[in-house]
Amino acid sequence: MSGDHHNTDDTGPAARVKALEAILTEKGLIDPAAIDAIVDIYETRVGPRNGARVVAKAWTDPEYRKRLLANAKSAAAELGIAGPEGGHLVAVENTDRVHNLVVCTLCSCYPWPVLGLPPVWYKSFAYRSRAVSDPRGVLKDFGLELEREVEIRVWDSSAEMRYLVIPERPKGTEGMSEDELAAIVTRDSMVGVAKIAPPASPRRNAPRVRG
Amino acid sequence: MNGVHDMGGMDGFGPVVREANEPVFHAGWEGRVYALASIAAGAGLINADEFRHAIERIPPARYLASSYYERWLAAVETLLVERRIVTREELLEKEDGAIDPALIANAVATQGPAPVKGRTGAKPPRARFAKGARVRARNLNPSGHTRLPRYVRGKAGVIARDQGVFVFPDTNAHHAGTKPQHCYSVAFDARELWGKSANSRERVYLDLWEDYLESIARNLKRQATKRKTTHRTGRRRKK
Repeated sequence: MSGDHHNTDDTGPAARVKALEAILTEKGLIDPAAIDAIVDIYETRVGPRNGARVVAKAWTDPEYRKRLLANAKSAAAELGIAGPEGGHLVAVENTDRVHNLVVCTLCSCYPWPVLGLPPVWYKSFAYRSRAVSDPRGVLKDFGLELEREVEIRVWDSSAEMRYLVIPERPKGTEGMSEDELAAIVTRDSMVGVAKIAPPASPRRNAPRVRG
Repeated sequence: MNGVHDMGGMDGFGPVVREANEPVFHAGWEGRVYALASIAAGAGLINADEFRHAIERIPPARYLASSYYERWLAAVETLLVERRIVTREELLEKEDGAIDPALIANAVATQGPAPVKGRTGAKPPRARFAKGARVRARNLNPSGHTRLPRYVRGKAGVIARDQGVFVFPDTNAHHAGTKPQHCYSVAFDARELWGKSANSRERVYLDLWEDYLESIARNLKRQATKRKTTHRTGRRRKK
């Protein structure tokens, strides 16, 4: 229906990719080890935990927040976060009056270095088509209903700018450390389709590696 | 091109569905085609604009029936064949006929072998629009690649921010020059885009290249003066 199905057998796309890889390797244009390395990076190292660290630091360090809003690329680089699709990173901040939502209607551009590769729903035709024309309806699909007075800003990343939403810091997190805060920041909140729920009790667990 | 990829504002795709515990890649080949494309881009074999355009050139029915990484695979195959880096015969031979030749036959082989160019060393062009300027997205319908979505064409917005100078995708995708120019974040009111029934507290921000925009400041002033005059005349008559 929405092109989200996944072909996991060893025919079709799997055979075609295998062929392509074999030909390019034979011609000396690629090294299969480089492919393994890239797959490993995105499966284990680059993910929304990076963005969560940026958000948690912005919540706890007002000077960093200013730098992040002025130039998100260099602010992310301060934490060692950089890479493809991160060359023109822009941070937009949610408040009680303004809610930001990110989409790419033309393809599925996404801020890889801070959020990893996009989830299926972000690439779905349903999201790409309706996020610009019915953002409140899309948010309802995610179980989020905003007050009528809240202004929604939809960022359609049609050029090279890649947007990171700084979600609102939930109440009840005043005593939490930067690492503890990073552990409650979700990917969906950094795309703008969710808010972060206040923690039931102060977290004492070590932050997860990625999520 | 006015392709099926230009989805902003379309209806009928249903609700957005989330997948619980979604893996980064759903099959081994997804990761490998992602990495293949990244390497090809990194090595300068293909540029991002022509890659996006190759995805847009997938026939609409096939585009809608393909997953995200299936579209990436189709684009990589198309470009590598077009650039004569691999041949269709090589692909078919390796796959024992598993590939659908129509996919590659779809490739439009009209583009000459031009080198991929980065930014030019020339002085950056001056910005034509300042923050706060009222602009209109031009009604352009190029047959090639563009990053001007249909849903803003002809619509009025306000320059929210000058994002700097960027290579122009409409020419770069076709190796017809980089045409560096300013790209602006333009704010469009939902009511301007979708009509009066839209929510007045919603706005769409789009990053648009200067060539996509025209100034409407002068026209607006003229209209405003006209409106004032009519208004005054009307009042006098009532008295």
